[in-house]
Amino acid sequence: MKLTSREFWTLIHGLVIGSAFLLAFAGGLAGLWSLRSELVTSAGLAERMRRLKIGIVAMALAAWATVLTGTYIVYPWYREKVATSAKSILLANPDTADWHEFGMEWKEHIAWISPMLATVAAFLVVYYGTSLARNPKLRNIVLVVFVGAFATAAVAGLFGALITKAAAVK
Amino acid sequence: MVDTQTTTPASQGGAEPASGPAAAALLGAGIGTFVLGIFTTWAEASTGMHDWLQWNDRVGPLMGKTILGVIAFFASWAVLGFLWKDKNPELRPILIATAALIGAGFVLTFPTFFQAFA
Repeated sequence: MKLTSREFWTLIHGLVIGSAFLLAFAGGLAGLWSLRSELVTSAGLAERMRRLKIGIVAMALAAWATVLTGTYIVYPWYREKVATSAKSILLANPDTADWHEFGMEWKEHIAWISPMLATVAAFLVVYYGTSLARNPKLRNIVLVVFVGAFATAAVAGLFGALITKAAAVK
Repeated sequence: MVDTQTTTPASQGGAEPASGPAAAALLGAGIGTFVLGIFTTWAEASTGMHDWLQWNDRVGPLMGKTILGVIAFFASWAVLGFLWKDKNPELRPILIATAALIGAGFVLTFPTFFQAFA
């Protein structure tokens, strides 16, 4: 049982950091959804807010780590100008060419929207803190931005998994 | 005996912070996404732009597009954040502008759209 350096980094990019992102999203969504002044006491709010800030900042950091490792470590291997690269293998067969032409082309761009949205969501939670519980409009804005960060990452992650299944980076 | 601190309703808060910093961050994300989209479609439409954005041969033009998008995001956020630091701009038009910019950026980074310019 052995992983090559490329397989290792693909695993770090997609599975390890991606899982951290998913975990932080699930916790953050639950925390944001229930962040309502009528549901929690001031002491409960302070405790919940500390956890929410850590989780949402972790999600933003995971989003940046995912796109940076993907773009600067894994992607150059994917697009190498050799016959054995994943991109060359996909394009060589008309039945798999769309995995690159559509899937990878969409994934490599949309993925970069996620860290920007996640950073804004993290900033809003850290900056406005407990006042979000008293301001449903602003809390809803944070929720939309937060879900947007997840949705764009989900598209990238889904295509990443499917493309790897069609032609893995080796 | 009930601890009064733990039963104080959270709604009894102090003064609300200004909306300016939120507006700046949101609009910054819209501008960053839009700039990413503009360079994605532009690189497809122009070989010169495609080659200029290729700041590293191994990464290709994706490097230029994404770095410029991220710079636009942080720079516009910083400038707007400075201008609106203690201001309370109406959030509705900011949200509409942000949604429009993100929507446009989304379309401009969608392969079916930008490949039509190849």
